[in-house]
Amino acid sequence: MPAFRDALAAGRPVPEKDLMRPGWKRALHVRPAAPPVPRPFFLAQPRLRRASPVSQYAVAAALEALGDAAPLYKKGGLRLGLIVCAMCGCVNYSRRFLDETLKDPAVASPLLFPETVLNAPASHLAAFLHTSTPYYSLVGDPSVFLQGLAMAADWLLDGQADGCLVIGTEEMDWLAASAAWLFDRNIILSEGAGALYLRLAAPQDHGVFLHAVTDAHLFTQRQSRARAAQLARADLAPAQPDELLCDGLQGARRTDLDEASAWNEWTGPRLSVKRILGEGLAAAAAWQCVAAVDSLAANRFPAATVSVVGCNQQAIAAQFQRR
Amino acid sequence: MLFAASHQADSASRVVITGAGIITAYGLGWKVNAAGFRAGRVAFRPVSLFDVSRQRAKVAGEVELPGTLPQTALSPRHLRRMERGAKMLLLAAEEAWRQSGWAPSENLPVVLGTTSAGMSLGEDFYRQAIQSPDSQRRQATRILHYQAQRQALNLADAFGFAGPITIIANACASGANAIGHAWELLRRGRAQRVLTGGYDALSQLVFSGFDSLQILSTTQCRPFDADRDGLTLGEGAAVLALESLEHARRRGAEILGEILGYGAGTDGHHLTQPHPDGEAAVASMAAACRQARVGPEQIDYLNAHGTGTPLNDHSEAVAINRWAGQHAASLPVSSVKSGIGHLLGGAGAAEAVACLMALREGWLPPTANLRTPEPACAFELVRRPREALLQCALSNSFGFGGANATLILRRWS
Repeated sequence: MPAFRDALAAGRPVPEKDLMRPGWKRALHVRPAAPPVPRPFFLAQPRLRRASPVSQYAVAAALEALGDAAPLYKKGGLRLGLIVCAMCGCVNYSRRFLDETLKDPAVASPLLFPETVLNAPASHLAAFLHTSTPYYSLVGDPSVFLQGLAMAADWLLDGQADGCLVIGTEEMDWLAASAAWLFDRNIILSEGAGALYLRLAAPQDHGVFLHAVTDAHLFTQRQSRARAAQLARADLAPAQPDELLCDGLQGARRTDLDEASAWNEWTGPRLSVKRILGEGLAAAAAWQCVAAVDSLAANRFPAATVSVVGCNQQAIAAQFQRR
Repeated sequence: MLFAASHQADSASRVVITGAGIITAYGLGWKVNAAGFRAGRVAFRPVSLFDVSRQRAKVAGEVELPGTLPQTALSPRHLRRMERGAKMLLLAAEEAWRQSGWAPSENLPVVLGTTSAGMSLGEDFYRQAIQSPDSQRRQATRILHYQAQRQALNLADAFGFAGPITIIANACASGANAIGHAWELLRRGRAQRVLTGGYDALSQLVFSGFDSLQILSTTQCRPFDADRDGLTLGEGAAVLALESLEHARRRGAEILGEILGYGAGTDGHHLTQPHPDGEAAVASMAAACRQARVGPEQIDYLNAHGTGTPLNDHSEAVAINRWAGQHAASLPVSSVKSGIGHLLGGAGAAEAVACLMALREGWLPPTANLRTPEPACAFELVRRPREALLQCALSNSFGFGGANATLILRRWS
């Protein structure tokens, strides 16, 4: 969180790096995650030692979000629900395994394949935290993280879990970066994870509350992305004075257009996390929410709205409040 | 709103099935699949979709797709861009949609399970990126149609509805988790109808992955046989139209069956191997029974995950014994994977439909190729087709990553 806060406070885009793609003379511009120094303690755990970055990022974010609460679940007394959200998932090991398969499937590595499975991050995290509570791995465009928040809230209200971690995680690979490049050459793909830890509040509790998650407004033949973005905004109650908007604008004009139009009359403060950290897909939606919650926890705003107009699925928004 | 702080949980609704669609290696539709499950027919054939000459295993439960796709609001251009998994999903959904008699709606949630969505398109994308790096021809389309959300959106476009799309990728438990989550949405009163199911198509990456782990059978898939040597992959899709009992009754719908309970659990033992004691499987079955308010003695048939791998079947046998206790001896158990293969993200949904068929038509689906029962099985292994009047069936789905899920279905009478 300190590095995240510093980057947002500086307000300058994190420097881009070149990522070479086989067969291309020109590089793709990306924002890879900085390797942590020193090496995190949890990577010594046998299951995480060989795990793909997408799993390692998920565990790192989850542990930071849980903070002091982790031992409550590790001892087995309380039930921790896990919802891990991703759009690309384990693209790095998948590409490597497919490459080996195409060269000679008889010698494709059995060490790589299990890590390509979309629920590997959730499984590693559950094992690390010693939780046997059910988990869900959700896939979709970046908006899936907000759906995950709504699902977690339902699990808590239904008594299915005592606490819930919702995690958005993605990893960098030239395959994903070149796929994004096909749709908008101004997208700067990034990687990492973000996590929120939710628990039921008692009536006397103070802190940051999840107030609402709007309907998911699909992009269909009958409903454009622009219309879906407007409907997501219209679902929310009018903003409070000084309410913060954490939007998903990233500085890629074509991609930003529908969301920018839907929120162009917002007069309050605004934070565009992706302009600074890049397009982290499901992780970026998580960063938006983490930034919103962190701002409220620091008493800088009374409420915050997060808007996610996804790439190719749906538009959705969430509202957080401080009490 | 998907969530509002003011939300109050409604009283629990009963959840019924008013439409079911299925496509497997047996073919498309209820009739041909029911006949296959009932007879325990084996539908494996040599893999023709990609080269398996360098793999240990050579067969799979390949689906023969029909020449034409159903008439929907999807354009011919759109249909041409869909890959196998998307086509199978559309075919199964169309059968369920037609059977349910549903009309388009602006608030119809979709909950699907899959493990690899349109992986064959991802493979094509990679091949072209490596072999012709400067050519971008069709690459954007491949990326779009590769993704699971596109395949779910196809259903919304095809049938003219909207609503939240939830895609659960919990490995081989995905289909059961999806149906379970849909059941929870209805029970909580968050929706009146949900279209749900699971699907996966065969792909070279996944086939090679399972082969690399040496868990594909090189002889015959024989779940719960002492001499079993692995699973056989299959492909397909199954979709259920679920709705609250009140909603179904209000519109006079034909009710095919009821989903009574859903349970899930996590096995942290290993990424690809179950705990030998089946701890999470026991927890999953027990949780489903608690929700359904039934005990093991009320389960008339158990559709096992039963992949045919040495580790899964032993662990599941131990778990069933522990969960059923003294009732194990009289509990009929079988695995339909011996006939259609392991459908991965589609398995839980296809097997829920198999249970629904058995409940409605009054038979027990046998396990094919079973000669010498695994010694750990304290329950009755169904080895030959037979008639049976069933009230309740339980279906297990266990996946990589320790995802365990159980559904309990009841006959509607």
